Amino acid sequence: MSTDAPAPRGDLVPAASLIPADAPFPKAAKVALGMPQLRANLAHATGTIRAKRAKVAGELDDWERLRDTAAAVKADVQRRLPELAVQFEANATAAGAVVHWARDAAEANAIAARLVREAGADEVVKVKSMATQEIELNEHFEAEGLKAFETDLAELIVQLAEDKPSHILVPAIHYNRTEIRDIFDRRMGDAPAGLTDDPAALAEAARLHLRRRFLSAKAAVSGANFAVAETGSLVVVESEGNGRMCLTMPETLISIVGIEKLLPSFADLEVFMQLLPRSSTGERMNPYTSVWTGVREGDGPQNVHVILLDNGRTGVLADEVGRQALSCIRCSACLNVCPVYERTGGHAYGHVYPGPIGAILAPQLEPGRHDDLPYASSLCGACYEVCPVKINIPEVLVHLRQQGPHAAGERAAMGAAEAVMARPRLWRTALRAARFGAMPWRRKGYMRRLPWPGSKWTVSRNLPVPPKESFRDWWKERDR
Amino acid sequence: MSERGGAPGGAREEILARMRRALEGASEAPPVPREYRRALAPGTDIVAMLVDRLVDYKANVHHGAAAITDALAGARRVAVPVDFPAQWRLGTAEFVEDTALTTEELDAVDAVMTGCAAAVAVSGTIMLDAGEAQGRRALTLVPDHHVVVVRRNQIVGHLAEALPRLDPGAPQTWISGPSATSDIELQRVEGVHGPRRLDVVILDD
Repeated sequence: MSTDAPAPRGDLVPAASLIPADAPFPKAAKVALGMPQLRANLAHATGTIRAKRAKVAGELDDWERLRDTAAAVKADVQRRLPELAVQFEANATAAGAVVHWARDAAEANAIAARLVREAGADEVVKVKSMATQEIELNEHFEAEGLKAFETDLAELIVQLAEDKPSHILVPAIHYNRTEIRDIFDRRMGDAPAGLTDDPAALAEAARLHLRRRFLSAKAAVSGANFAVAETGSLVVVESEGNGRMCLTMPETLISIVGIEKLLPSFADLEVFMQLLPRSSTGERMNPYTSVWTGVREGDGPQNVHVILLDNGRTGVLADEVGRQALSCIRCSACLNVCPVYERTGGHAYGHVYPGPIGAILAPQLEPGRHDDLPYASSLCGACYEVCPVKINIPEVLVHLRQQGPHAAGERAAMGAAEAVMARPRLWRTALRAARFGAMPWRRKGYMRRLPWPGSKWTVSRNLPVPPKESFRDWWKERDR
Repeated sequence: MSERGGAPGGAREEILARMRRALEGASEAPPVPREYRRALAPGTDIVAMLVDRLVDYKANVHHGAAAITDALAGARRVAVPVDFPAQWRLGTAEFVEDTALTTEELDAVDAVMTGCAAAVAVSGTIMLDAGEAQGRRALTLVPDHHVVVVRRNQIVGHLAEALPRLDPGAPQTWISGPSATSDIELQRVEGVHGPRRLDVVILDD
């Protein structure tokens, strides 16, 4: 959405529209940092969830061992992906599901739209799903004259506000309760009169708004948190019961599942279902988990479809260092601890996967785009520490920085530094010159603004003043 | 088959070929360590722990068959699966058997009462797998009040002890408290689309 688009009905301005579309991260971040309400909302929400996660993760004395197992299971899945995908297909098919394969977003959307039409429907109810966000299923359906209704509370808020999600788990994290009340009041159409900003009242309004739709829907679209190869089962983890509604009530169910969601065996859930809820919502267990395997006569949808989605994932798989990004279980713990995400919010990343995981996933899923995202990090490592599947995000960030394009100026600077460092006398002279030049700033300890081309560096960081004595001088003195 | 991308040159073959190409020369994944706990410390009072977790989720907990009437909280029409035990159909409520009730009929009852397949103490999770006395998924979803009867021998301490008790091929619902959301400022609020009231009745064997 571009900045000059007219603000829709009322004075509600979708938060995402304030960030210039396709702006590089530093520019988008600067805009986001200028929104005090956004920063306050994010600081409050991420602070709350950080404390909850730390408490429930701390309850398990085998937390680190669970992480080790989860990381190893995911590495094994990646190594055996072709075999596990075929095994899943065979078992799901034997249980009555129809398994489809989609190379990219367009193919997945086309299959889903065709299946909805074949079900005799022109609208679907949706379970919150990152895969369908990624392929922009809603937009594709709209272009085809089909309607997709989001049913997760946060997704509903975002859809009513004509906004974009800004967080993997809580897409409306950038709104506070008062803003949500205003969105419901103006956009829901059937919001109760005198709606307050009490979260319970807002949840009640969502219940009333969606209930009829749930009970009469012909078709639903979902993603899946896990796909079990051994049994052909899919697993959806949720809180509100909107997932159960979508997965149970309609006759036709279409699930779009990234190929990296596979798990070898049903028993692996004993690991991942301890890690996921504690890492994402900070609960010992989420209110509802649904597991289904093909079709069950007289119970739930009788037309069950699974679309296995590549959309760039096999490209990620080919990178030995980068492929660990495919271990992600979309818990969003890394977003909540990231000092960059907490300040800029999700929209600044310009991709459906924001935060630390987005900074390594987006540039790999769409090579050549989002090359600036691996720099959207201070490499502090908090993301790695909380990751339930132990993705070494800083390692992949550095790896992608090395692989990505480097500006001519940066290359020239690095070339010059290399030439100087390779000649000890020249290096010594350069250090002396730097110490002398920095003398006026010695008391302050850092320099805020260097003249061009050094300004390229100081535009977003301070430059520390070189120490009074270099290590080499100190070492020489020490020897005497 | 071709419409599903299985034909030569179709999506299925191409994606599998891409995977194999991506993994060319990749070394075997190291063996998976399994050093985590599979049970709680011996001597843990798992019934007390289950109750603690359920109360934390704002579920109501009762003990003994006589408390079923309390758990029903005055519901007049209560849906039950057809194989729901007669000795648990207590009180003055009318028990409506789910002989393929329509959605409207399910929406019109005051409560639903079922058994379960297993309950996990450490996370306060009740598991249904469409087995005995549990019925189909819509039954425990549409009515606004769910009463679950849990027998003492169905309670285990740890998730890893519960999974082998479930039928992996059957539709499952794991329930940890009533419907809830944390989508507004990450504060948990009970009561959205699933049953807003959950009562658990624990029976000694």
